Amino acid sequence: MSFAPYAAAAWLFVVGLYGVIASSNLVRTVLSLTVVQSATYLVLLGVGYRHGGKAPIVADIPKSSRLVDPVTQVLVLTDVVIEATVLALLLALIVQAQKRFGSIDPARLRALRD
Amino acid sequence: MTRRGRLALFAVAGPGLLAVLVVGLHGLPSFGDFHGVYGLLVDRIEPGQRHATDIVTALNFDLRAFDTLGEEFILFASVTGVALLLRHLRHAEGDLERSRSVADHRFAGASDALRVMSLVLIPLLVALGVYLALHGALTPGGGFQAGIVLAAGPLAILLAGRYLALKRVAPQWALEALDAVGATAYAAIGLGGLIFASAYLENFLPLGTPGELLSAGMMPLNSIAVGLEVTGAFLLTWTEFLDQDVIVGRDEL
Amino acid sequence: MSALQAVALLVVVAGGTAVALTPDPLRQTLLLSIYGLALAILFFVFQAPDVALSEIVVSGVGLPVIVLAALRKLAQDRARRDSEEESSS
Repeated sequence: MSFAPYAAAAWLFVVGLYGVIASSNLVRTVLSLTVVQSATYLVLLGVGYRHGGKAPIVADIPKSSRLVDPVTQVLVLTDVVIEATVLALLLALIVQAQKRFGSIDPARLRALRD
Repeated sequence: MTRRGRLALFAVAGPGLLAVLVVGLHGLPSFGDFHGVYGLLVDRIEPGQRHATDIVTALNFDLRAFDTLGEEFILFASVTGVALLLRHLRHAEGDLERSRSVADHRFAGASDALRVMSLVLIPLLVALGVYLALHGALTPGGGFQAGIVLAAGPLAILLAGRYLALKRVAPQWALEALDAVGATAYAAIGLGGLIFASAYLENFLPLGTPGELLSAGMMPLNSIAVGLEVTGAFLLTWTEFLDQDVIVGRDEL
Repeated sequence: MSALQAVALLVVVAGGTAVALTPDPLRQTLLLSIYGLALAILFFVFQAPDVALSEIVVSGVGLPVIVLAALRKLAQDRARRDSEEESSS
C-alpha cells in the first residue's frame, strides 16, 4: 500500500508513452506528453510526503508540528507552469509543420521529406 | 517507421519499461517515510531566519532563488520561440489585417450571458491575481500562480467575444514590455543582493515581522517580478495563437 | 495512506489512462482539463496547496486556450488546402 503512488506513476509514464507512440496526429502526441509529465510530479510529491505531515505553511499551526518536505514541492510548482509554455512551443512547431508540409501525421511527414 | 512498426516495438519495450520502473522505484523510501536532511532542516529554521510563513514560496524566491531565475528564463525563451515561429508564419502568409471597428467584430455565439459573466469575472480575476502575488510569502500563492490568474483577466474579454477589444487593452508591444520588465526586474533584484549583501540574490531588505504584508525582505518583490513576467508570457502566447486564427485569413465574421 | 488519498490516486490513474487513449485531440483537451483538476485534488491531499493552485490555473486556463487556438488554426489550414486542391483539380 505504501508503494501505490510510485506504481501509479510508473503506470502513467508507460500509458502516456503509449499515447505518444500510437498517435497518428502530432497534437495527440503533445497532449499525451502531459500524462508523462504528471507521472514525474507524482513521484516527486510521493517522495516528499510524511505520515501525519501538514502543508508547509506555518502561519497558524504550532511550531513543532510535522511538515511535509517543501523542496520537492518547489520543483513541481515551477515545473507545472514552465511545461505549459514548452508545450506551446511544440504546438507552434506543429502549426509550422502543417503549413510547410500539409500534414501532421508523423508517418506521412517522414514520407514527404523523401 | 510506420504506426504498426512503432506499436510492435512498444509491445516489447513497454512492459519492459514498466518492469524497470517498478524495480527502480522500489529503491525509494516507502511512501510517508521521508527522511531527507535538507527538507527537515528548512522546515525547522526557515520561519525564524526568513520571517516568511509560506515555506514553499520562501524556497522559491529566497533560499533557492537562483533556480527560479533559470526557470523563468526557460519561460522567456520558449515564449520568444513561439513568437518567432508564429510571426514568421504571419509574414509568410502576407498581411491580411483589415481595419475594422472594434464594435463590429464579434464571435458568432457570444451571447449576452457570456458578456455579463466576463464583466463579473474580470475584476475578480485581477483582484485574485494581485492578492496572490502580494501574499506569496504569507499564504499559498506566489508569482507563478498570480501571473496566470492575472493573465486570465483580459482573457475574459475574449470570452465575451470581443477579440479586437482585447487587442486594444493588451497590445503586443505592452505584453512584450511586461514580459521583459518582469524578467529583468528579477535579475536586477539579484544584483541588489550582490551590491548590498554579499552574494547574488541574497536577501538584503529588512525582514519585518512574519505575517505582515511587507515582510520577508525581497520575497514580495521577486514574487511580483515573476508574476509580471508570467502574465506577459501567457498573454503573448495566447494572442500569438489567436492572431493566427482570428485576424489572418478570416473572411466571414 | 488514507482513504482520501487512495481514491484520489485511483481517479488520477483512470483519468491519465483516458487522456492517453482518446483518439480525438479536441476530446483529449477537455479530458485534460478535468485530469488537471483531479491532479490538483491529489496534490492538495498530499499536503501541497501551492502546487495544487498552480496546477488548477494551468490546466484550467493556461493549456486549453493554447491547444484550442492551435487546433482551430490547423483545421483552417487543412480546409484551405482542401479547397485549393478542389479548385486546381
